[in-house]
Amino acid sequence: MDFAASFALIVPELILAAAGLALLMVAAWGGDKAARFIAIAAVIAFFGAGLMLAPGLHFGTDGPEVIAFGGLMRVDTFALFAKALIYLAAIACLVVAPAFFSGPAAGSERGMRAEYPVLILFAALGMSIMVSAGDFMTLYLGLELNSLASYVLAAILRRDERSAEAGLKYFVLGALASGILLYGMSLLYGFTGGTDFATVRAGLTGELATGAMFGLIFVLAGLAFKIAAVPFHMWTPDVYEGAPTPVTMFFATAPKVAAVALTARVVVEVFGAQVLAWQQIIMFTALASIVFGALGAIGQENLKRLLAYSSINNVGFILLGVAVADQAGISAMLVYLFIYVAMSIGAFTALLMLRDEEGGLFETFADIRGLSVTKPAIAWCLLFTMFSLAGIPPLLGFYGKFVIFQATVDAGLIAFGAIAIAASVIGAFYYIKFVKVMFFDEPADVVKGSSGNAHWVLLILTALIISPLGYLLTPSITDLADKAAAALYLAV
Amino acid sequence: MDGFPILTTMMLVPLAGAILCLFSGGAAARGIALAATLATFALGVLLWMNFEIGGPQWQFTERAELFEGFAYALGIDGISLMLIMLSVFLMPICILASWTSINKRVGEYMAAFLFMEVLMIGVFAAQDLFLFYIFFEAGLIPMYLIIGVWGGDNRIYASYKFFLYTLFGSVLMLIAMFWMVGTAGTSDIPTLMQYNFDGDAQFWLFLAFFASFAVKMPMWPVHTWLPDAHVQAPTAGSVILAGVLLKLGGYGFIRFSLPMFPEASGELAWMIFALSMVAVVYTSLVALVQHDMKKLIAYSSVAHMALVTASLFAFNVQGLEGAMMIMLGHGLVSGALFLCVGVIYDRLHTREIDRYGGLSINMPYYATFFLLFTMASIGLPGTSNFIGEFLALAGIYQTSTWVAFVCTTGIILGAGYMLYLYRRVAFGAQTNEDAAAMPDMDAREWTMMASIAAVVMWMGVYPESFLAPMRADIAALDARLASAAPADDSQLADGPAREAAANAISFEAHEGGDH
Repeated sequence: MDFAASFALIVPELILAAAGLALLMVAAWGGDKAARFIAIAAVIAFFGAGLMLAPGLHFGTDGPEVIAFGGLMRVDTFALFAKALIYLAAIACLVVAPAFFSGPAAGSERGMRAEYPVLILFAALGMSIMVSAGDFMTLYLGLELNSLASYVLAAILRRDERSAEAGLKYFVLGALASGILLYGMSLLYGFTGGTDFATVRAGLTGELATGAMFGLIFVLAGLAFKIAAVPFHMWTPDVYEGAPTPVTMFFATAPKVAAVALTARVVVEVFGAQVLAWQQIIMFTALASIVFGALGAIGQENLKRLLAYSSINNVGFILLGVAVADQAGISAMLVYLFIYVAMSIGAFTALLMLRDEEGGLFETFADIRGLSVTKPAIAWCLLFTMFSLAGIPPLLGFYGKFVIFQATVDAGLIAFGAIAIAASVIGAFYYIKFVKVMFFDEPADVVKGSSGNAHWVLLILTALIISPLGYLLTPSITDLADKAAAALYLAV
Repeated sequence: MDGFPILTTMMLVPLAGAILCLFSGGAAARGIALAATLATFALGVLLWMNFEIGGPQWQFTERAELFEGFAYALGIDGISLMLIMLSVFLMPICILASWTSINKRVGEYMAAFLFMEVLMIGVFAAQDLFLFYIFFEAGLIPMYLIIGVWGGDNRIYASYKFFLYTLFGSVLMLIAMFWMVGTAGTSDIPTLMQYNFDGDAQFWLFLAFFASFAVKMPMWPVHTWLPDAHVQAPTAGSVILAGVLLKLGGYGFIRFSLPMFPEASGELAWMIFALSMVAVVYTSLVALVQHDMKKLIAYSSVAHMALVTASLFAFNVQGLEGAMMIMLGHGLVSGALFLCVGVIYDRLHTREIDRYGGLSINMPYYATFFLLFTMASIGLPGTSNFIGEFLALAGIYQTSTWVAFVCTTGIILGAGYMLYLYRRVAFGAQTNEDAAAMPDMDAREWTMMASIAAVVMWMGVYPESFLAPMRADIAALDARLASAAPADDSQLADGPAREAAANAISFEAHEGGDH
């Protein structure tokens, strides 16, 4: 395959890279005055890149013609699906940012930052590369590009102690995780003699050597760090709480999609011949994430921290789909990811709308007491989101759990599914606490500020998606997810 | 009626009402809610009139492949029809019961009730397993809000308990549903009702469904959420909880557990009998010592429901018919009893039995209605519950004389606690001045009471109207269960069969007299 064809396959990445570099120049010379323009241009770049995904998603072209650069990248439907979700999440995080940065929550340096959209662009570019990786080198490049941009994003409020702390924590632990991942990759390289997925896979057939087993475990541990799955989840609550809320929203959505998709690709394509070796690891991680995510959230007062635990809990359900280790499981996982992204965007947008008269943000349970009286629209949307996260029908969150558990039971893992679904009831406890605080308690009456149109549009859009109307989307989403999952298994 | 999607319309009317209520203030919301529920009731009457007795088993069927993984499939048989009628009949009464007592956030309150009505119609009409689950489970949301926002002092605890208990019960059922659909290859309820699952699998499936329905029913020992939920819920919430939501458990047994897992049902009937016998005696005794009127009625509900479960697992026509009639009768009577509590609670704001006394002096009409519903709850002939209890005990007796014996003590104890309640509230000296000064019922309360009383009497005097639509469905279920019936100890010997149905002669005479 010639270079021209390879470049044609990665047009979305090229768009993002070009836009990122050009806007970086604009930011360097234009400063924060150009921030608004940069944000708009970044949104346009994401739309452009997203449009480039459409033909591939629609026609579902898979097979040898989607392998770029001699196997370094695979632009199959699976990658396209993940990219589409990543770009959508990135757009949402750009849309909510200006109001946040111009408010008092941004501390002493008010105003939209010019670097913010640029960093989001680079992070998304990294994720794009991650999900298309066909080689451990590409995987690591994409992962690091994403991670480095994310560390800076977490610390973007330079004079805010919590933000700086979050950035540092994320960096130290993230670097450790990258190290573990690299070590695992080098072990695999040593035992199989290659870094591209096909070679490693070929080297891992038959009985698994102890060293290769360690390699597998280290790679999965490094990836679990990035997904924030138990037992590598400790950084999540601190980073989510400390990072500026739009950044937290970004962390909870796009990198999650990328890291989960990457994990799915690695276990299916690289470790596909050793299912028993990784399946129990993922199973344990999934169950532990569901249980710890639910238990950890119970005592939390800070809403961002609570949503961090909620994301750990949700990652558990997503990993259930991976643990099933078949095509139906991967398809279910993708459907769940889509719903999870919608719910997370809705929840964080609602948090960003809890403002006082000066525009300062609230983020504890005490502040949202009786919200249904003072701000009924936000309260009802949050109610939808919370019941949806708890997986109560008729909201769309139920459908996510529905497909995941259906795949689990169909694969014969009935006891595993029964334990996981029973554990999900623990999670319901704190989701309904949200509703209790907003609807049953006496109003605290502090949330008085109004919010901009962008927030309302986003909130109502996500509320509509997770409302029962969202079920009308399920045939098309399932169709896409099925194609994507088939593409992943086609490569094997 | 051909082709007109009446079931969907019956769900859309309250749904539209709910959305309107959400965006309108107090007085308007009350009007909209009443209009929407009455319109739904009218549609329900239309549904009943067009229901063809002896026609196809599933009528008014609708099907649309709107979603991935399950279908929007509706359709009713006689059993569903009766339960839908119960729901749509009680709903306008619930709205009337909340007319003056709910003053804060009326729009949201009415919206929650209307949404509840949508879900109740949906749950009884669903013909797809997963669609059923969605309606079944979604009821948690409005009920959680109704208890939590408009409930009593300890409402938070009660709402959490209600929510988590019922959720935990249901999720295992979902796993079982996935397995069933994966094995049978369809989620269509009528098909699954004819599908023969493997014996071992039936055992586990039965237990998973049992976990859900036993909590909803509620059966001893997982009944503890009910007294809390009833006591804390507003009056109309209690009415809907006792009137319809408790029937979901019984409906689940009759629609899913029995026809889908007949062998497991037969094998595990001893367990149901044991739990039911404990419940009948234990909760009746607990009811005797209550000081809180709502709690007393809540415990009496548990006892009545235990009679329902025992008679469902008697595996004969009388038992099944009796269970359905108790459910319908109890839905009306316990709803009415909660309304009776509501009427005096609105005046004195206490549910303590000791704070009342001698109400028959200053509230004679109220005392009359209260007496009627008390007697109906005991199962006095001429009232709805007599029919159900008689059939149920006759059915249980055929299977097990001992279970019938224990369950009958429940009837006696029931008479004990209900009459004791009535004596303390309505008779005796007027010891409390404020209670003695309460005015009698107004026109709104008259309407609520009189309409329920009329149906209670109708069901007691001429139960054929209610039994006829269900007869064919219950016969079909009985035939399906025949091979799995547990051994009986009453050793009944069948006499010569009648030439005609029991009421055939009188029916002809009646017809002749009319013309």
